This record gives sequence, C-alpha cells and structure tokens, in this order.
Amino acid sequence: MNKHKNRIILTYGFMFILLLLVGFLQSWNVSLAILNLCIISAIMSLGINIQWGNSGIVNFGAMGFAALGGLCCVLVSMPITNSVWQLGGFKVLLAIVIFFIFIFITNRIWKFFKHSPKKRIFYSVSIFLIGFMTMRLIADPAIQNIESFESAKTGYLGGVNLPIIFSWPIAGLFAAFVAFLIGKIALGLRSDYLAIATLGISEIVLYFIKNEDWLTRGVKNVNGLPRPVPYEIDLQNTDWLIKLTENYDLSIIVVSSIIVKLAYSSLFLLTLIIIFIFFETVSKSPWGRMMRAIRDNEISANAMGKDVKKRHLQVFVIGSAIIGIAGAMMTTLDGQFTPASYQPIRYTFLIWIMVIVGGSGNNYGAVLGGFLIWFFWVESEPLGLWIIEFCTSLLDDDSLLKNHLLESAAHMRLIMMGLTLLLALRFAPKGIIEEQKRI
Amino acid sequence: MDFWNAITLITNYILIPGLSYGCQLALGALGVTLIYTVLRFSNFAHGEFMSFGAMVSILLMWYFQSLGISVYPLPTIIIVLPISIIITISFCLLIDKFCYSFYRKNNSQSVILLIVSIGVMFFSNGLIRLIIGPDDRNINDGERFLLKAKTFKKMFELNEGLAIKMSQSLTIIITLILVTFVFWFLNKTKTGKSMRAYSDNKDLSLLSGINPEKVVLIVWIITGMLACVAGTLYGLDKSYKPFTYLNLVLPIFASAIVGGVGNPIGAIIGGFVIAFSEIIITFAYRRFLGYLIPENFLPETLMQVLSTDYKIAVSFLILVIVLIIKPTGIYKGKLI
Repeated sequence: MNKHKNRIILTYGFMFILLLLVGFLQSWNVSLAILNLCIISAIMSLGINIQWGNSGIVNFGAMGFAALGGLCCVLVSMPITNSVWQLGGFKVLLAIVIFFIFIFITNRIWKFFKHSPKKRIFYSVSIFLIGFMTMRLIADPAIQNIESFESAKTGYLGGVNLPIIFSWPIAGLFAAFVAFLIGKIALGLRSDYLAIATLGISEIVLYFIKNEDWLTRGVKNVNGLPRPVPYEIDLQNTDWLIKLTENYDLSIIVVSSIIVKLAYSSLFLLTLIIIFIFFETVSKSPWGRMMRAIRDNEISANAMGKDVKKRHLQVFVIGSAIIGIAGAMMTTLDGQFTPASYQPIRYTFLIWIMVIVGGSGNNYGAVLGGFLIWFFWVESEPLGLWIIEFCTSLLDDDSLLKNHLLESAAHMRLIMMGLTLLLALRFAPKGIIEEQKRI
Repeated sequence: MDFWNAITLITNYILIPGLSYGCQLALGALGVTLIYTVLRFSNFAHGEFMSFGAMVSILLMWYFQSLGISVYPLPTIIIVLPISIIITISFCLLIDKFCYSFYRKNNSQSVILLIVSIGVMFFSNGLIRLIIGPDDRNINDGERFLLKAKTFKKMFELNEGLAIKMSQSLTIIITLILVTFVFWFLNKTKTGKSMRAYSDNKDLSLLSGINPEKVVLIVWIITGMLACVAGTLYGLDKSYKPFTYLNLVLPIFASAIVGGVGNPIGAIIGGFVIAFSEIIITFAYRRFLGYLIPENFLPETLMQVLSTDYKIAVSFLILVIVLIIKPTGIYKGKLI
C-alpha cells in the first residue's frame, strides 16, 4: 500500500519538475501550453482506461469521439444563421428524420423475417435503398442551397449561440449517444474484430465530418470559436495588468498570454478532478468490482448472473462520453475546428500508448500516462535533434548523412513513441503505476 | 455504337482501375491473413512493411539509375524487386525476433500482440520518414501508358477512350505470378503443407515433428515478399508517400475480413470485392446512362450513390456491415 502511494507521489512529482524545467529552460508559455494538452490527454486516457483497463474492451475509435466532441463545440457556440436555416435547414432535418424512420422500418423487417434469409435480405435492402434515395432527393437541393450561401463566410447551418462551456457536457451526451448506437451493433465482436470495427467506424465518422459541409463546413474549417476565457488583447488594456507589469518590469504581451493559459488550465484541471473523483468512486464501488470480475473471467462472471453484454455497453458509453468531453475541450482550447487535423495516430493510438505506459487498470496510472506521453510527444523534437546531434558528432559538418538526419529529426517523435510502447510492453507490461490488488 | 461506348466507359473507369487496385489489396490481405492464421494476431504494422518494401525499392532504383541501368519502356523499379524483397524479409525477421517472438513464446493474448504491432507501426513509420522523408514521390520512370486513350479512339472510332497504364498491367501480371506461386507453395510443397497443419492444429502438428521455428520463418518470408511487392506496386501505380500506407491498413484488413480471415482465397476475393465496391459506389453513372437511354429520360443529377470523397469510407462501411452480419466473411474463415 505504502509502496504504491510512494510511487504515485514520486512519479507525479517528477512530472511536475519536468514541467517546471520547461518553464525555466524554454518559457512559461510553452510549459503552460504543454500542461493544458497534458490535462486533456489525461482525460482521454481516463476514458480509454475505463474501457480497456477496467473492462477489457478494445476501443480504437477515440479519434471519432474526439472529433464529435469538437463538432459539438461548433454546434453549440457559433451564432445562428437564420437565413441559411430558411434556405434549407428544415428540409435537411426533415430528410434526416425520414431516413431514421426508414432505418427503423428496416430493422423491424430484419427481425420479422428471421427464418427466411433470402426474403430478409431482399426486403430490408430494398427498404433501406428507398429510404436512402428519398433522403437524397429531399436533402440534396437543400444542401446545395446551404453550401452555396456565402460559402466563404458561412455556407453551413451554424450553431445555437450558447456559451462554449456548455458544449462540454453536451459533447459528453452526444458522444454517449453515438457510442450507444455503435456499441449496440459492434460490441458483440471479440477483441481484434472490435478493434478493427471501431477503427473503421471512427474513420467513417471523420469522413462524414470532413465532407458534410452543411453541418461542419468540412475542410474549410470553422474559425473564431468563442472562448470561455478573456482575450489577450482585452487583458492588455486593463488598468491593473498594465500597472502590475510596469511595477515588475515584465512584458505585458507575455503576461497576458500566460494569464489566459492559466485560466484554461484551471478550467481543465477542475474538469479533470471531477472526472477523476467520479472514476475513483466508480471503480471502488460494487459496479467497479463487477467490471473487473468480468474483465478477468467473462465466463464465470456470466455464470454468476452478471449481464456481460449490458455492462460492456455501459462502460463503452461512459468511456466514449469522457473522450467526447476531452475532444470538446481540445477544440475550445484551439479556438477552431479543423476536421483535417484528426488522425488515428495522434488521437487513437497515442492515447493507447498513454494508457499502457502509465498503467492500465488504475486511474492514477492513466493520468500519469497522459501527462508523460504528451510531454514527450511535444518535447521529443528537441530531444530527437539532440540525440541525432550527439550520434553524428563524429561526422564532418558538411557530411550528407548528418545534414539529412538533422533535417528529418522531427520524425524521431514516431520512432521514440514506438520504442516507448514496445519497451513498456516488454519490460513493464503493467505500466509505471501498477494496478493494485484489491481484496 | 452507343452500346460499345458505354462498355468502353465502364472498362476504362471501373474495370481496369478496380482490377489493379484489387490486386494491390489482395496482395496485402494475403499477407495479413497468413500472419493471422499462423501467428494468430492482427498485424497492424503490415502497411508499414509495405511502405518499407517500397522505400527500399526506391533507394535501390536511385542507385541503379545513377549507374545508368534501365529497362525502358518498363520502369526501373521492376528489376530491383528481387533485392528489395530480400531486404524487406530481413526487416520483417528482425522485427519478429525483437518484438513479436517474445510474446509468442509466452503465449500472450492476441490483443497484446496487436498492441505490440501498433508499436512496431509507430517505429517503422518514423524510421521510414527518417530515411526517405515524408514527401510525395513519383517513381514511374518508364513508359506511362501501354495503350493510350487517343490510339484506342482512333482504332475503333469511338467517343470514349480506353487507357491502360503500364503500372496497372504490371500490377496485374506480377500479382498473378505471385499468387500462383504462393498457392502452389501452400498446397503442393511439403513445407507449405506443414504450415497449414501448424495453423490448423498447433499441438498436433508439434507432436508430428513440425519445427515451429521453421514455420514462423517461412511465414515471414512469404509475408515480407508479398508486402514488398504490394507496396512497390501501389507506389508505382499512385505515387510513393509514407503517409498513404498508414491509411491502407484498414482497407487491407477489410479485404481480409470480408473474404474470411485465415482463408487465402478469401483474401484475394475480398481484395477485389473491396476495390470494386469502392469504385462502383462512388462512380457517376450519368455519362454511362447517357449512351443507353434517350436524353429526355436522363435525370438531372450525376447519378452517383455516394460522392467520391467517400471512396475509402465505403470500404470501412462494407467492413462494418460484414462484421456485424457475417463475421466469418464470404469464404468461411476463422473468427478472430
């Protein structure tokens, strides 16, 4: 018990010192920027951890949920564009409703013709196709109208003009809803298949976001999302800050941006703490014990009367909702929604590395993994440059090999992440902070 | 005449691109399936092995070009293939020795090996970018077309042209040769048979004296060969960019699963199913129908099921549908 606590204090202290070092050696702005994304990564890895570490579900769809969270930011916070709504917004909504009705009918038919596979496929496919065509017939002209309306400025439906902070819980709910639908169809699959299926579904979600310009502006990006914290420019005009910086002889531009970043950090930290306490309570509760029992031995848990399928769905929904919230936070921090920037390496696999290196199955480990891996993901570029410089120090300054290696030092990041994962799996498969045996 | 125009159009835009893309996917899926049946894990790093093979081919090609060796009208990269295959196989064997073999000996769960393969994916992707850089490269230095659209139009006096790229025809020919070889090896030779026995029932095959080390070695040799050739052909057909190979992993898995994981024939069929459905669903049929039905019946729209932006998403969609409805695939494969 004490060893576990010591280790937590030691590693968290180490992480804190690393961030301080960056603050002293590089700049406080960089350090705080890293810290903000560290917190978001920690929340994402908590989401994956409750799925993989606590319940053994392989979810490779983190990218999709993060992107959905980002989309929520746009839909919640951007101003309403009334004229666009009148141009075709309602028609698109109508088309979507009709499509869902047809999907429902298809589902019923699928269940109805249980015993005649030929009829089953014929009827459900044809009903589905009719529904799809109807949707396209109603929606296509409306979508064209929406997208051609001032396409440089809007060209999409806009949002509902609420403060952006509301988008975080809404992103959680939205991601939970999507996760429920995905879980319903995909959770029957076993480990490898589930991994591939969730990866595929997250790609489909991303393709949708990239190409349905009427909803998301697609690759044209949504810029200028409102912020939950004041702007640097406004801060620079406030009296108290001007006085403060004059008294201590500091640059007002640097101080104002540090204040803004600190405001973000405190918001994020608050969210992280709330989610962390929630997860700790959950994993100590009977529900958490049941989840671990299912993870360790599915068959015997089933024999004890636990509804494995339902529990898996529950935990899939909760974890994905958390990732959705983290995605919304990240878009809030960026101030813009850029669908093209979502890549599985950065948003799915990196989060997995965080969970595994940090220590799957316990929340302290997941948070530490999020901080540590994100820190090295950012800092591996200068670090990689340093390593290459060290390795090639014997070569001439104008040698071709040295110059080529120095130029491509940025790619050291992927090599180092891969090595970290491989070494962690080999020599510390339980992660830096091990899961405690609970009796 | 209109009928033949329509046929040419379909051949030019669906049949030939579908065939060559299907061949590339099939080669990849065959590798994934072999690794799955024998070593029992999903190798997410397979795309990177392909990329590595292509990279080695390009480096060798540059060396050959500097020596002034060329086989015009064929692209130079074709003659370096044997050497790059050997290098790719060694790379695969090294990766297996340092990353995978440990977990195989410990009888780890397949999920753990899957996560290891993601680590390998990161590592090899970084390594490739470190060596050759992330840029887009055109590597076809031979004749571009085997049959030009203009020549075809003149020959048959049609409105529509049929163009066959050199890279496409090479892809199809090399795939045919390679696949025949792999099937001959698996079904006719003693080593191939021992491999199949090992994948069917590991314990029984060990009892009958099959050397597991040798089976693993052979599997990596075949996989390395397939990956190298598939990667090089894909790079030759489109262009070489390390990033695209990351996105190729999912269509390859889709092909393997749609065909039925663990079934070599299924992998090939799956590759073509995925390739053709991607193209068929995103093709705009307006011009095609224009030749067949009178103009006043022609609808206003492009007659496209999904826009071309969704091309790759189609393969994922098919993957998900197959996983849910018939997880064993077309040819009854294993359940992962």
